[in-house]
Amino acid sequence: MEANATVERGLRAARRSPGAAVVWAVAAVLLLDLLAKLVGVSMGPFETPWFALWFGGDVPISEVVGLAWSGVVIGAVIGLASIGLSLTYSILNFANFAHGDYLTVGAFSGWAVTYVIAGIGGLLALTETVVNAVTGLGQSRAGDVDLVSLVLLRTPPLDAGANIWLSPVAIVVGLVVAVAMTVVVALVLDRFVYRPMRDADGISLLIASIGVAFMLRYLVAFVFGNSRRIVTSTEQLPSMNVAEAVTDALPFLGPARGSIIIDLHEVTLVVVAAVLMFGLHILLQQTKLGKAMRAMADNRALAQVTGIPTERVIKSTWLIGAGLTGAAGYLLVLSQGGLGFQTGWLLLLLIFAAVIMGGIGSIYGAIAGGLVIGLASRMSLIWLQGDLSSFARPTAFALMILILLFRPSGIFGGVKTA
Amino acid sequence: MSESTTRDVLDPLRNLFAYDAAKVTVMFLGIWALFYAFGTQLGYGNTGLLALVRRVTFLSAVYGIVVLALNIQWGYAGLFNIGVAGFMAVGAYTVAMLSSSPTGAPPGLGLPLPIGIIGGMLAATLVGLVAALPALRLKADYLAIVTVALSEIIRIFYNTPAFADITGGASGFDNLPTNPVNALLLQDPTNTVSEPTAVGEVVFSFFSSFGVERFVAIPTVYTVGVLVALLVVYLVLERTGKSPYGRVLKAIREDETAAQSLGKDTQNFKVRAFALGCGLMGLAGILWFAMGPRASITPVTFRPNITFYIFIALIIGGAGSNMGSVLGGALFASLLFEAPPVVRNIITNAFEVSADPANLIEALVPIASGELMPLAGFLLNNIDTLRFMGMGLLLVVLVQRRPDGLLGARKETAAGVSLAADTRPGHSNAAAENGGDDDE
Repeated sequence: MEANATVERGLRAARRSPGAAVVWAVAAVLLLDLLAKLVGVSMGPFETPWFALWFGGDVPISEVVGLAWSGVVIGAVIGLASIGLSLTYSILNFANFAHGDYLTVGAFSGWAVTYVIAGIGGLLALTETVVNAVTGLGQSRAGDVDLVSLVLLRTPPLDAGANIWLSPVAIVVGLVVAVAMTVVVALVLDRFVYRPMRDADGISLLIASIGVAFMLRYLVAFVFGNSRRIVTSTEQLPSMNVAEAVTDALPFLGPARGSIIIDLHEVTLVVVAAVLMFGLHILLQQTKLGKAMRAMADNRALAQVTGIPTERVIKSTWLIGAGLTGAAGYLLVLSQGGLGFQTGWLLLLLIFAAVIMGGIGSIYGAIAGGLVIGLASRMSLIWLQGDLSSFARPTAFALMILILLFRPSGIFGGVKTA
Repeated sequence: MSESTTRDVLDPLRNLFAYDAAKVTVMFLGIWALFYAFGTQLGYGNTGLLALVRRVTFLSAVYGIVVLALNIQWGYAGLFNIGVAGFMAVGAYTVAMLSSSPTGAPPGLGLPLPIGIIGGMLAATLVGLVAALPALRLKADYLAIVTVALSEIIRIFYNTPAFADITGGASGFDNLPTNPVNALLLQDPTNTVSEPTAVGEVVFSFFSSFGVERFVAIPTVYTVGVLVALLVVYLVLERTGKSPYGRVLKAIREDETAAQSLGKDTQNFKVRAFALGCGLMGLAGILWFAMGPRASITPVTFRPNITFYIFIALIIGGAGSNMGSVLGGALFASLLFEAPPVVRNIITNAFEVSADPANLIEALVPIASGELMPLAGFLLNNIDTLRFMGMGLLLVVLVQRRPDGLLGARKETAAGVSLAADTRPGHSNAAAENGGDDDE
């Protein structure tokens, strides 16, 4: 009797919103399939006219956990970058298509500095070289180091030795420079591009941002060249095989079937991203800025009448948003190793997906959306194996389109939490 | 006194210039003259000159078609579609799949080309409809994100190795359908040096009387065909614009709420405009990538960048006007896209710029010692990159200062009767044309 009532209630809900019912059904099937794969239950093949389907299969836990970890890593980057996009989207009221290129600017400027410091042998050596060049005191440490190719990120990664274990100071300074540079670029662009058109409609601003995107992207290509390069050195980089560690600690699990390798760069990324997000949370909760931002997102004219200095709030918005985006760009390169002038642009749609998923204007939504998108794009590889793996990105895009169509206020119901 | 006589002399010219056909003719003549001058400056012979002019004309024409298609969607119906590349890809890929020879790799179905072209346009329309039906309910900027994501999904779909037997995967669809011009002019369409047909005999002897080789003559004939296609598309759209359907579209463009309150189902009109535009984008994709000279269908071609070029072209011409679209497409393709590399060659030849610094710093350092050549050489070598930066800058400046387009605000009246044909002469006409602006 009890069960019948539950089933009936479920059926009624499904009739009310068939779209949601389908989504839940698909999610349930995928979850069951994942569980079956993990315990090694396989059913099938179920023949369809075009292809055969299997239910379940055999996927080692280590593979799932490994994919989940890389999903968290990329999700942290997307989450960090999507905060800025979400803020500008709600406060300035336009979709900023140049946001990905802000990320590229941060990555390149930060890594150029990291490269110089790491390549010359540390901050002290750099200071001494500069002092020597200006005053003639001390001695130059530049030696036979080719400064030009260091600045332009052309030195082979092993020669520059930029990595968090060998040159932690270089990484920290680089991160700070990445943040600062992106903020400066964003503020300058706001002054000359967006401020003269504050009252324009969203589409005009969107078009202007496409123009900005072109300028930034090809400016980076003009200065640094358009080749993609590897910049981080993996020399002596500490890393750990978690799967082995777990099976060593708990011998009754038997030998590990795969490996989950986590290196220090990934851990740094996740930790720094978490710290930045927490810092932002404190900043917006403890100051009036958060309240002012929420007020502006709702109604700019009303906020202005109430005495909120709107221009200053907009400046703070760019400062926060661009700073976090620059950090995201720098950290992305730290974990992935490579960068090119298209790096940020290729990530832009995933960032949009995260923003839309979390609900435009919601910072916590954007962070959560970033994690969901990161996890979805990596975990989908459990099902999209072999040739199908190229569908991981379209999966995230399709998820975004579905949410826009059926739940445009985001999966968290459009709660504004700036 | 003398002022009024010059005005009298210029009046017929002005009247002539009021006709759109005259404007387009003048612009194409100007573009041709410019590139002819470039070519002679570079010392090209007749064959080289024609090849240069032909390339510019072809690009101008295909841009014209696709910008017209976008104008239907954005200019008229206000639908901000930035998935143009995806719809062009659907058109080009479908025609290749339908009409390529079944023996090549990847194999096509070998259907006649006209069926393939219609199929390609229908496929693009269908994809457009599937996207439009749910997405048009969204806010304009949401539609933008949905369409650009859709175009990326389409591109990745064609790119994936999973379907490489059908689509060719990342290396593209190599087995292209036979170019109709080859079939018309040559007995063996796959072999450029084979015996010409009767028509081919006439055409080739005509071209060779100017000393133009066959490998330039064939694409030239094709380009003329594309120009004709542009004309047909333009006339169809002009006709559509004057029909009751087009008048509703223009009404939607001016004020959707007003059109709704007059009892028009604006949603329905917008869906149809979107589908029509997508079909024409498919056609542009076919003419451009599936059959053109140097045709190639690769997923890389259909990156969102090309969508943005088309948008820049439309904004140059001014959204909402068919003639502006054609002018904008041609100006973008010739002056912004094709001219910079040619100008670079001219400057490099004329001033003997041989400096080739490997990077920006090597180019900037010599300035301290008064050497400007390395910087000049570096700028010229990177003119492609600079061109894209310039396009971005132009887009920003246009949106800020001339949101109605470089060629000025053109308003095509939505009314069936001419609003300008009132009794007041001269100045008040212009006022009447812009009268609608005050109501916003």
